[in-house]
Amino acid sequence: MSEPLLRLAGVHTHIGRYHILHGVDLSVPEGGVTMLLGRNGAGKTTTLRTVIGHWRTSQGTVRFAGEDITAWPTPRRARAGIADVPESMGIFTDLTVEENMVLAARAGKPEGPRLDAVFKAFPPLRTFWKNPAGNLSGGQKQMLSVARAMIEPRRLILIDEPSKGLAPAIVRSLVEALRALKDTGATILMVEQNFSVARALGDSVAVMDEGRVIHAGPMAELAENREMQERLMGLSLEAH
Amino acid sequence: MSLAPEHAPTMARQSLLQRLEPHAPALLIAALALAGLALIPALSSWITLTVAGLAMGMMIFTIASGMTLVFGLLDVINFGHGAFISVGAFVGVSALAALGGGAPDADPSALSDLTTLALAAIAAMAATALMGLAFERVIVRPVYGAHLKQILVTMGGLIIVQQLIFVVWGPDEIHVARPESLKGAWTFAGAAVEKYRVMAVGLGLALFLGLRWLMRGTKVGLLVRAGVENGEMVEALGYDIRRLFIAVFMAGSALAGLGGVMWGLYQEVITAHMGGDIMVMVFIVVIIGGLGSVEGCFIGALLIGLLYNYVAFLAPKAALVSNIGLMVAILMWRPQGMFPVVKAK
Repeated sequence: MSEPLLRLAGVHTHIGRYHILHGVDLSVPEGGVTMLLGRNGAGKTTTLRTVIGHWRTSQGTVRFAGEDITAWPTPRRARAGIADVPESMGIFTDLTVEENMVLAARAGKPEGPRLDAVFKAFPPLRTFWKNPAGNLSGGQKQMLSVARAMIEPRRLILIDEPSKGLAPAIVRSLVEALRALKDTGATILMVEQNFSVARALGDSVAVMDEGRVIHAGPMAELAENREMQERLMGLSLEAH
Repeated sequence: MSLAPEHAPTMARQSLLQRLEPHAPALLIAALALAGLALIPALSSWITLTVAGLAMGMMIFTIASGMTLVFGLLDVINFGHGAFISVGAFVGVSALAALGGGAPDADPSALSDLTTLALAAIAAMAATALMGLAFERVIVRPVYGAHLKQILVTMGGLIIVQQLIFVVWGPDEIHVARPESLKGAWTFAGAAVEKYRVMAVGLGLALFLGLRWLMRGTKVGLLVRAGVENGEMVEALGYDIRRLFIAVFMAGSALAGLGGVMWGLYQEVITAHMGGDIMVMVFIVVIIGGLGSVEGCFIGALLIGLLYNYVAFLAPKAALVSNIGLMVAILMWRPQGMFPVVKAK
């Protein structure tokens, strides 16, 4: 079997004096969507932030596309093809939608088929193209955050709870857009609390608890096995 | 997103007051100037004072713009900013002397005068930019993220630089003659308007427009504005924010150096502690403008300059407290300053 696109081996991460990740082992195969599930405080967000490099790895290795990136600073990881859609969305509210996209399209202007794809997935971004991003609604900000990761070819997109706080109609649209993104061959590692979203998009799944990955396998296996869900997360995911 | 509600946002017609609200800080300048016109008996005095106030404001803006950018992007409170003002003034004046500018027997043609001044200003900016590079690396870099340490260590840097000025240029204040073509005044509607002040206003305005274009029209400006709000995200998009930090710190130092030259020629005397003395006003301007905002800094500097000159004329004893009074009033109105910059952190 070929090496996965992203592999974390025995990763420990400290935030200040708090020891958050206790040896995370995680493989994300190329293509498809890997879902990261688990209770609040399990270390899901910290795992994503460790992959993009906001938190330093205190022990263990992070390998991406065949290279050891453990010591790489964040910008280098981004240039190597990792995109980040953080939980806070990270929108530059003082800049217009267009200016946000200009910064995301590192090599040049946002244009061409990639921009067409963005507008097709998220029509409001075309409507508010010249408006300050701070004036967008929560859902539109989330669209912009995802759009920034779509405007350049990326090998791995990290998405942290995109459905959080959004109305069901917006969530359904977002799922459609993410599915379209997945169909372009992008690899996505996504944290999601909403199990219906996770099941709709996920190909494989990793469940975290107390700073470790406690289960990894195909999504279908977990989705069909209520007993397994109960055992892994202490509560039925269907309840969400 | 087919399921997202598609509706055209409509806007109810706003009242005049509502429409003016976003421009309130800029209108404050006009209001202040009009108040001055009403209170100052002679029109000629008002013209002289207004030009003086604008000139002073523009020079403070030149200095404060660098400070506010450094604070906004790097989150560094640089009490050492005054050191760059003093060094800029000393280097600029030395360059001016070396080039023969300001000497009474020099060629009085205006072009060569202004060219000399421009060269001196460039020398001052180059020197302070390099000094900024060293300052960032040696003094500021170890204390990113720790405000109290920043205040203490940059204050120490200021003292060291002041003492170094003593070593290089001696302990005495140096009297400076302005280049010949910038001496004297024009008479306009019975008012004497100093040529140097007009030049300072023009230079400040050009600088403001240039900075505005840089911040709004270029990718570097976009990165700085984005970095002020959320540096982590700028890095996650693949940009090296460290290099941006250093560039902004150097630019901010160079602006302080330029302001130092302008201020020194304005006062016609330079001292090692001149930078520290101006910093009180610079801090007030940065705070009332909104930390990190170039526009706020510009308007704040003009307000301070005008108010100081009007009050010094009308009630000289109150001049020193007028700036503090303005700061208190503006912070009661807008506690984050006139143009608050959003911070994600």
